[in-house]
Order: sequence, then structure tokens, then C-alpha cells
Amino acid sequence: MDPATAREAATLGIWTFLATEVLLFGGLFTSYIIYRIKYPQIFYEGHLKLDHVLGAINTVVLIGSSLTVALGIAAIRKGKVGLLRLYLFLTLLLAGTFLGIKYVEYTEKFSHGLYPDTDIFFSLYFMLTGLHGLHVLAGMVLLGAVLFLAGRGRYSESYHTPVEISGLYWHFVDLVWIYLFPLLYLLG
Amino acid sequence: MRETTWNGEPLKNGDPPRGYLEAKGFWAWAYTLDHKRIGVMYLYTTLFFFLAGGVFALLIRIKLMFPGQHIFTNQTYNVLFTMHGALMIFLFVIPAIPSGLGNFFIPLQIGARDVAFPRINLMSYWVFVAGIVVILFSLVRPMDTGWTFYTPYSARTAADVTTLSFGIFLIGMSSILTGLNFLVTIHKLRAPGMTWHRMPLFIWSMYATSIIQVLATPVVGITFLLLAMERVLGVGFFDPAKGGDPILFQHFFWFYSHPVVYVMILPAMGIISEIVPAFSRKPIFGYKAIAYSSMAIAVFGFFVWGHHMFVTGMSGTAAILFSLLTYSVAIPTAIKVFNWIATMYRGSITFESPMLYALTFIFLFVIGGLTGMYLGALGADIHVHDTYFIVAHFHYTMVGGTVMGLLAGLHYWFPKMTGRMLSEKMGRPAWLLIFIGFNVTFFTQFILGFEGMPRRYAEYPAQYQALNILSTVGSWILATGILIMFANFVRGLFRGALAPPNPWKALSLEWETGSPPATENFEEIPTVTDWPYGYAGRQT
Repeated sequence: MDPATAREAATLGIWTFLATEVLLFGGLFTSYIIYRIKYPQIFYEGHLKLDHVLGAINTVVLIGSSLTVALGIAAIRKGKVGLLRLYLFLTLLLAGTFLGIKYVEYTEKFSHGLYPDTDIFFSLYFMLTGLHGLHVLAGMVLLGAVLFLAGRGRYSESYHTPVEISGLYWHFVDLVWIYLFPLLYLLG
Repeated sequence: MRETTWNGEPLKNGDPPRGYLEAKGFWAWAYTLDHKRIGVMYLYTTLFFFLAGGVFALLIRIKLMFPGQHIFTNQTYNVLFTMHGALMIFLFVIPAIPSGLGNFFIPLQIGARDVAFPRINLMSYWVFVAGIVVILFSLVRPMDTGWTFYTPYSARTAADVTTLSFGIFLIGMSSILTGLNFLVTIHKLRAPGMTWHRMPLFIWSMYATSIIQVLATPVVGITFLLLAMERVLGVGFFDPAKGGDPILFQHFFWFYSHPVVYVMILPAMGIISEIVPAFSRKPIFGYKAIAYSSMAIAVFGFFVWGHHMFVTGMSGTAAILFSLLTYSVAIPTAIKVFNWIATMYRGSITFESPMLYALTFIFLFVIGGLTGMYLGALGADIHVHDTYFIVAHFHYTMVGGTVMGLLAGLHYWFPKMTGRMLSEKMGRPAWLLIFIGFNVTFFTQFILGFEGMPRRYAEYPAQYQALNILSTVGSWILATGILIMFANFVRGLFRGALAPPNPWKALSLEWETGSPPATENFEEIPTVTDWPYGYAGRQT
């Protein structure tokens, strides 16, 4: 396979994969719609118990990490490996911050006796944010691998498909949160 | 007898070239990136579970021969039919053609050296094996839910549904990776000159199949994840006590499991579209109609899941819509059948084993498809739902359809995959026994169902016994045929006559390379100038 075809194949592959991810979360979003219509009161009371300040901070953190990934890709397109590594490191830092804040939030919920089996709102809250959290973790592993390989001099101006693909995945993870935040924390 | 020629040329050292089969040993297979070897590994794995699932079926039939007698306990019966359904569906019928034959023949038919992502292809196989291991591990405590795992029972049973859910999640991941790989391969790796309308119809059907695999499988993934989390964390999506709804599980389950019946049948239809013109020596009739009808089936297939749930209390409007959409799937299906028949019309038909199975597919699948229309009709469905009529219907589509398509493909491509021919002397009697055995086993079940015998129960009133005995005897005839067929495979593998590159004089690209093909498939990537169905037509 020549490099140009390989690049096109990889791009088509990651978009197809992201489509499967949309469907995976789709099941949860569908449940959200159904149960929200069925039990508006539970959802209203549930959202009051979430910390929308921490949620908002986390939204900013994740959008920031999307920015650093994009800057990293821009850097490697010009062949600046050092800059790419810096931006990837910042992305991992932000992702870690996100998970840290999530941990604080979960602990807080547990201390108030709010668990996945409390009611349908918290079932949804924990499943949605939990599955999203796993995706953040997977993204960190992916970007960590890219960071490691960048250190080994694997990527250059002419070849950086894995960087772009991991970046696309990371944007997707970010995008899911951009839906989750208003649906869970803000809608009353 | 030692062979002296191979592919028409004299042999130098006495042994025929082994092509992609040259490298031997466990690691040469376990680490292989060759799509052909991966396809072969899938075939061995899935055929193993075909035989295992078949043994469970024979045991079920023996129990059903003697109502009221203690052959084994009712609980054992429940476990056996759960195992039969779950193993056959998840480990055989869904993956066998796409992951087995698809892996082997997609790159060969489009003139590529491999799939787009060989490493992901190998990973997909090992994820599949991991899924199998997890599923088998979960079966330490006997599984008694039926293969559909409906809540609320599956959320409460002592059986290890949690572990099993994880196993099915892995099998689903493997299926997604394979579908994704094929989509990209078909888009990006076609040989120069192979436009979309010069692709073999097997490729069109695999393309449609891959779309369904990629878009439907994630939904079953999340469904089983939620089921497992209901058991572990007590989330309440399907639990009425927490505001959830068990019917939602059924919606999610069938949103995957209905489209997936087209993952089972579309590749089989693709195989039939290859075999019918090759053995009729006539160009395929209605190429575009067959190609686009595959796509239409893939699209319609996503909107008909509700017909599995007509008796769950859905609204009349929803039921009528689902019924109408279900009927609409019959249109592209019928288009295919009419085109195959038109292809055969005035052709020079020969009846080697692949063609016998292809014709069997058409005959049985028409029965399976038309009885599907009975079930899509709201009134009729309420009368026969949860009876043996359903059991007969889906065995006519899945065995009469998918399995016959698989067997047609295995007989058609055996020479290409192994470099050796199968024996027609064994192949034809095996086919006859399978054909007779299948119909005796399952046609009786249409009648039983119409007379009101409910499915799933270990016991039934004595009035149904005569036909049940007939059905069980049929299962023995069917099993005998399948055993002879497998004996033919084993014999062919070791002692079959050496195969020429193109034993059937077929025109698609896989026949232009050696039997078996070399690891890199083609010495030089061919340039395509025409469609693969330019058979001469009737000789006058």
C-alpha cells in the first residue's frame, strides 16, 4: 500500500470507528430521552444535586485539551516534533485534571449516599460519565503512546497519521462531554 | 497416487507448491497478518461451534421425542436450548461467512494483496477468541436464559450473565473491527480499473454487511454493558422498581439483533450471486438490481426491529409502521431471487455440489422469507407467535439460507483455499441427505406451530408427539448428511485431487491466481477492464 492510500485508509477507518462510538453512546442518550420524558421530576431533582461549578470547570479543561491537541497537530505538520511533545504533554495533564475533578465529584456523590442504583437519574449519570471517563482514560493511553513514539522520532512533517487519528479520537471524547454537561448538569 | 502436474505444469520435486500454506507451526498461524490464514482460522473456529451447537440441537430433539419421560431434567433442557441458540448465533452464524470466507476472498476478489489493516484483522481474531474463552468461562454455571437474555430474568438468574455479557461485548468488538476493516478495504484497495459496478456481487453484499456490523453492533455492546451493570451496580435501566423498563432491553436487543440477521443472510446471498452465473454459464441478470438491493436490505433492516415485539403492548400505530416496513424488506429480497432465476433461464446449468447448495438456498430461503411475511402480518403473528412456526421460520432462513449459502461457498472455494478438489461422489449424497433431513426436521415444525405447539418448553401435550418424532428422525438424517460432508472435507484436505487455478471456469479475480494462492495473492496486481460475469451465454 502506498503512503497516500495508507493515509486515506486510516482516515476513513477512524471516522468509521467514531461512528460506532456514536452508536455506543447512542443507546445511553436514547435512554436519557425516554426516561427524561417519563420522569421530569426525578431529573429536575437529580440535576440540583450535581455540582455545576465543577462540571463547568471540567468543560473548560476538556475544551482546553482539545485545543492543545489541535496545536500539536499543527506543530507536527510543520515538522516541529519538540512542540508536538510539549502540546501532547499538556493534553495529558489536562486530561488527568479532568479525571481528578471527576474523582472529587464521584466521592462527593457517594458521601451523600448517591449511587448508581439510587434512581434512574443517577443510573444515567454514572453510566454516562463513567463510560465517558473510560474513554478519557483510553484517549490518555493513546496520546501517551503517541507522545512516547514522538520521542523516538517516529513522526515528521511528511508522516504523522497516528497523531492526527489520535487527535480525532480525542476531539470525539471532548464532544461527548460537551453534550453530557448541559444534559446532566444544566437542564432543569 | 503421487501427482505429477500442478496448475497444468509438471512438478519438479514431487510436491505441489503450497502457496500461502507453506509456513508451518503454531506461531506461523497465531502471528500471521495474512488475511487468508486469518480467514481459515475463523472458519475452523466457527465450524467447531457449528458442530458443538449441532450436538446440543440433537439432544434437544431427543428430549422432544418423548414427552413426559425423564430423559434429562427440564432445567437441563433450558440450558441445552440456550447453549444451542447462543453458540450457533454468536459464534457460528454471524461470524462464519463474513469473518471466514469474507476475510479470505474480499482481497482476492478486488485484486488486493491484503485487507487495509492486517494488524487490526489479526487483533479482531484474537479478540474473538478471547470472547469465546470468557463466554465458555461464564458457562461454568449453566446458562438458562435463552439466547435473547431478556430482562428481568437475565438480571436475576443465578447463571453468570455478567461474565457472559463481557464475552459478548468482546465478540461484538471483533465483529466491528472486521466490518470496519472490510469497509475501508473495499473503498480504498480495489485493483486499478475495478469501478464500483465492476465489483463481484459478493463484494457488494459484504459491503452492505459491513455497514450493518459497524452501525448495529455498538448498540448490543451498550445493551449487554447495561445488563451487566444492572447485575453489578444495580443501575435501573431495565428494572421497573427503579423506574426502568424491561421492554427497553428488548428494543435495544432487537435494534441490533434484527439488522444482524442481514449480517447473516447478505453474505450468503453474495455467494449465491457468484455461483449461479458460474454454473449457468450465463451473465448475471440484473447486476445493479442485485447490488443495490443488498444496500436496500441493509438500510431497511434498521427500521423493522419492532416486529419481534408485536405482543409486548406497543401502540397500534407503531405496530402498523413496523409491519409495513417489514413488508418492504421483502421487495429487495424478492428482486434478488427473481434475478437469480432469470440468470438460470436458458443457461447451461451443471449440478456440481456448489450449485446444488446454491439452488437449495434459493428454494429454502423463499420458504423462510415468505413465512416471514406471515409473521410480519399483525393478525397472523399474534396467532403463531412463540410457537414452533417461528422456530421453523428462522431455521429456514438461518439454516436454509445462511448455512446453505456457507456450504455452497465452502464447496465452491474449497479448491482455491486448499489447492485440492472435493469428491463429488461424496458431496452429492451428503447434499441429498442434508436437503431431505433439513426439510423433514423443520417443515414438520411449521405444521406443529400452526397447530399451536408453543416453543421453548421441555414438555408438550401428547397430541403433538407424532410430528415431533418425525422432526427428530429428520434431525438424524440431517446430522448424517453433515457428517458425510465433513468427512468429504477431511478427505479432500489430505487426499483430494490437486485443484487447477480455476476448476469452475469462473471469471472473478480469485480464480486468476494459483490454488492455493501465494501469500501476496497476485504476482502482479491485475488491471480490471470488465465486470466478472461475462460468461458466454447459451451455446447454440
